[in-house]
Amino acid sequence: MTEATRLRSRHMVNNVMLGLTGLFTIIIAGALLFILGYLFINGARNLDFAFFTQLPKPTGETGGGMANAIVGSAKILGMATAIGVPIGFLGGVYLAEYGNKSFAFAVRYLTDLLNGVPSIVIGIFAFTLVVLKAKHFSAFAGGMALGLMMIPISVRSTEEFLRAVPNGLREGALALGTPKWRALATVVIPAAKDGIITGIMLNLARVAGETAPLLFTSLNNRFWSPGINQPTSTLPVMIYTYALSPYDDWHRQAWAAGFVLLMLILTINVSARMILSRSRYSGGR
Amino acid sequence: MHSSETLKVQGEARVPGTKRNPGARAFALRFFSGDEIARALVTISAALILLVTVLLVYELWINSHLAREKFGWHFLTTQVWDPNAGQFGALAFVFGTVVTSFVALLIAVPLGVGAAIFLSELAPPKLSNALTFCIELLAAVPSVIYGLLGVFVLMPLIKQYLHPVLKGTLGWTPLFSGPFYGPSMLVAGIVLAVMILPFIVSVSRQVLLAVPNDQREGALALGATKWESTWKVVVPFAQRGIYGSVFLALARSLGETMAVTMVIGNTPQIKASLFAPGYSIAAVIANEFTEATYDLYVHSLIELGLVLFALTIIINGLARLLVSSTAKFSVSST
Repeated sequence: MTEATRLRSRHMVNNVMLGLTGLFTIIIAGALLFILGYLFINGARNLDFAFFTQLPKPTGETGGGMANAIVGSAKILGMATAIGVPIGFLGGVYLAEYGNKSFAFAVRYLTDLLNGVPSIVIGIFAFTLVVLKAKHFSAFAGGMALGLMMIPISVRSTEEFLRAVPNGLREGALALGTPKWRALATVVIPAAKDGIITGIMLNLARVAGETAPLLFTSLNNRFWSPGINQPTSTLPVMIYTYALSPYDDWHRQAWAAGFVLLMLILTINVSARMILSRSRYSGGR
Repeated sequence: MHSSETLKVQGEARVPGTKRNPGARAFALRFFSGDEIARALVTISAALILLVTVLLVYELWINSHLAREKFGWHFLTTQVWDPNAGQFGALAFVFGTVVTSFVALLIAVPLGVGAAIFLSELAPPKLSNALTFCIELLAAVPSVIYGLLGVFVLMPLIKQYLHPVLKGTLGWTPLFSGPFYGPSMLVAGIVLAVMILPFIVSVSRQVLLAVPNDQREGALALGATKWESTWKVVVPFAQRGIYGSVFLALARSLGETMAVTMVIGNTPQIKASLFAPGYSIAAVIANEFTEATYDLYVHSLIELGLVLFALTIIINGLARLLVSSTAKFSVSST
């Protein structure tokens, strides 16, 4: 092979391979557009006012809505936040501000481990922890499952954003004679506020769509479920049930529910990222 | 709170390298200034996280003891899953889980790494950031919605277009033989591929971006083409991180429940053909947990959960090891 043809083939390989990487990117971006577009068009088309205000109609009848599932989702997410965020936040403060070597290492390691646990396994855990003991399915069990899922991300995002706060702020506060806890509560944590709030929002967006851990904790319910001790309907579980049903009208409602859920999640997600992008100590992200 | 004693103790406690005063008086002062309370509060929270994780393993272990004692290791090597006869074997589920995840990786790794190369090496930063932002949004879509799309969009599309093509060209191999009804391991694999793509792209891109520019410039200065410098210098440099992203994606797809449950067909069988329906570990737990009527049945399902837990923990551990050794960033928050 002469030098010229070798060079030409090298350039050809160069162009083909670089072109391929571009093509792959276009394929992925295309899939993304298709997925979002399809959901928006199909979801918005099937959405009506009754969806937000009515209970599900009896099996086989058309019409009705998912008002109970919307309230149920809100209730369970509220409980999850109340369980997962405080523990995760305080744990994150420990790791960033107090942690000694070996104990902090263990906490960090197990937090990562917990983060990797499949959501269905978390569901089993919440089942054995709450449902087996109370002997009935409940909204609380669902909140527990999602709350457990929120802990790891809450820990790591709190730790990460606290670490991004310059040490000068801590030292300045301490040099004025402030006890450490006050320095943290009034100087360091407020400085990391944007990041921590973003972390909570992204966390919430992540668990809002979780279905698997709710299947055998909060179960489902076709009626209102007052309090936190009864089986409760949620949007993701309703989507699952309706999608696999044989009724066209239920499929229509599954799309509508998917649209509502996705809009909610994307809104939280995008606004969280916007808060993050204009915050001062964003951990270099 | 702002007395001079407090100040002194605070000062002592903060100066690096000095030992904390162990005296009871100093402790009382720290206590009343609130510091010991704050320390106790955060330490208890951290300990609670440890406790929760240990309790998770404990509960899975205890609540699967009937199945573990009755079947032992045969649980993993037998295929019969017959709740009526009280016989439980996980092999068909393990098979379905591994095959669908493998198909997903086969599709998602080349696509994802290719796109990551484009986004880190070729695309202008603004375009790259915007596209990455969008691709990461894909990761925010709940899995039940992927399941919905899989059932109503992907399945008909594959039936109409992809199946005839595969049947025509590769139909002679056992992999693509037999009839195609819709719910199958192939569809599950493709849905999983779409779901794990964002992780591969986002993590691989970050590791590629972390490769020092000297590496690229060095290769280009020696006369390498852009592709040669990327493929032979930059990618090997970031190799471990890319493997890490793949393992991360693998752990995700092994544990993925809803989307797979909705499209895999839920038939516990071991067939070579990807067109055949199958079943995965997570799917059988999701489907049968509330129907399990006696203890051994429940314990068998929880043992499946234990198997899944062990699998994902090992693979996640490998992923973290690989990623953290190349680039410093938090994988946990993506």
